[in-house]
Amino acid sequence: MDELIIGQTKLTNRLFTGTGKFADHSVMRQAFAQSGSEVVTVAVRRVDLEAGHENILEDIPSNMIIMPNTSGARNAEEAVRIARLARAAGMGNWIKIEVISDQKYLLPDNEETIRATDILSNEGFVVLPYMNPDLMAAKKLADAGAAAIMPLGSPIGSNRGIRMKEMIRILIEEKTLPIIVDAGIGRPSEAAEAMEMGADAVLVNTAIATADDPVSMAEAFNLAVMAGRKAYLAGLGPVSQRAAASSPLTGFLR
Amino acid sequence: MSFYEVYDSIKHKPYETMLESMTVKDVDRALNKTELDEHDLLALLSPAAAERLEEMAQKAHWLTVQNFGKTISLYAPLYLTDYCVNKCAYCSFSFDNDFPRRKLTALEIDQEAKALKDMGIQHVILLTGESRVHSSVSYLAESARILRKHAASIAIEVQPLDAEEYHQLFQAGVDGLTVYQEVYNEEVYKDIHIKGPKRNYRYRLDAPERGCQAGMRSINIGALLGMDNWRKEVFFTALHARYLQKKYIETDIAVSFPRIRPNLGGFEPRVNVEDKDLVQAMLAFRLFMPRAGITLSTREEAELRDHLIKLGVTKMSAASSTVVGGYANKKEDNSQFEISDTRSVEEVKHRLKQLGYQPVSKDWDILAGEEEKDAFSASCDYDRKARTGAGV
Repeated sequence: MDELIIGQTKLTNRLFTGTGKFADHSVMRQAFAQSGSEVVTVAVRRVDLEAGHENILEDIPSNMIIMPNTSGARNAEEAVRIARLARAAGMGNWIKIEVISDQKYLLPDNEETIRATDILSNEGFVVLPYMNPDLMAAKKLADAGAAAIMPLGSPIGSNRGIRMKEMIRILIEEKTLPIIVDAGIGRPSEAAEAMEMGADAVLVNTAIATADDPVSMAEAFNLAVMAGRKAYLAGLGPVSQRAAASSPLTGFLR
Repeated sequence: MSFYEVYDSIKHKPYETMLESMTVKDVDRALNKTELDEHDLLALLSPAAAERLEEMAQKAHWLTVQNFGKTISLYAPLYLTDYCVNKCAYCSFSFDNDFPRRKLTALEIDQEAKALKDMGIQHVILLTGESRVHSSVSYLAESARILRKHAASIAIEVQPLDAEEYHQLFQAGVDGLTVYQEVYNEEVYKDIHIKGPKRNYRYRLDAPERGCQAGMRSINIGALLGMDNWRKEVFFTALHARYLQKKYIETDIAVSFPRIRPNLGGFEPRVNVEDKDLVQAMLAFRLFMPRAGITLSTREEAELRDHLIKLGVTKMSAASSTVVGGYANKKEDNSQFEISDTRSVEEVKHRLKQLGYQPVSKDWDILAGEEEKDAFSASCDYDRKARTGAGV
């Protein structure tokens, strides 16, 4: 059985989803059901425990793991506060750290993210930091106690695909923790591409939530993630850089 | 360099002529770009762009959905006091308008905040007339502390303050600042702000920047459309927004496009800003700054608001009262301006859902006040990073 283990939890599906940007909670619920996803990220700042039927947590299927995120945090201090709020509100032990101090491109601040990871892992959280794909930062996050790392494929919501491909390839080659490619994946083919590269999972939100038919798009992403994973496990053939019909340098030995 | 200096260095350019000389070709070029410059912005605000409104609308809609999703945040104003020391040609609160003034007590603020929460409003903007006596920084801080018990996010729209004063309010739980310049044209500004400290154009113009320096999470600026050539006014508003976003990249920048409403003084707009002009202004801004917020108030009629929602709006007020104490005690009184959309919060939410949008009542948690912050800093040895900008 091909399982992904995060913290102590075994997952069989490798598509992570999110609640942001959906027009309608019932469509969101159906999309999650169709996606096969077992993990969904929720912005703590949007959770309103007093809202009754409008509380977004009410519309998340009970078999999904809730991964609250610290969206809105501009530094480690705010991320830590939001994480503690989430746990106090009964949202479980997982936390996706988002520290974004840039409101134009929404790029994560790796330095503050490492600090928040350190504090929260010491407090017993299962920490999944959203990060700029950088090898040294990945190593520091591992040292700080992260349970997985979530490098961005492209800026959040940009639907531009895996523009950070080379950096993510290096992270995968050197990996000590599960790698979940987060942000920027706009099409199922791009999700498949990340999985073929050897990513352990992908997180897709905008591309599903803002599709004309989010339910069908969720299913399409699930299929693509499964296909990409299967291809990776099957062992993709090496891609040769050039045609090699003869042996120009060693032919004389024959 | 502050934005005043930026404005001062470009205000003499012949913008009227530049706007008139734009062609549909310039508009099309701007429509096909992803990063727009000042020339593109002028093209989109020019008379020539009237022919491309539908194309602009489609791009603005798509950019907004991509960046913000199909969601609209809701908020409401809470008027604390209508005492004002200014005389402004267009505003009912002018000190020489004779009506009984009010200032809410701590108990009344609590009642107003509860009434708002019961209505389903958690993002509140505190408003006052401009008076350092009646709406002092300590009164505003105390009001924020009371409101924190019932609200998820607090903004202020009060007289411009120093950076240090904004920082005090930030520590009391205020995370957003709204300062409308009213009119960017400095000469018109002096004409309509007849008496009082509000005549100080520069202190007001640089107030949003002081808010950024003080650590405010979001800044909302705007020009009151109808005071001067709206194309120029929106151009300067957009440049101001871009200036702030570039310099204070951690701060959310949003813009409003308020149109002058009937008021006690009987002021007539100097320029008629029609619905199609308002639409063009919003679209041009959205294309120029795809990541910035656009705030829409109840100044506009319900039907028009429903149409505007798909054109780039990210935040709107609902069930607003512009009367001091107007939520706990609903009665006719002197308001700052007339409300055009009188629907309840539930009605607005219902309509948003019909239009394919999710109304968002809560989009933040006030993290803590100064006491908790001190305790936290000690516990994890967190040394606060020095902010950009001086004085804080």
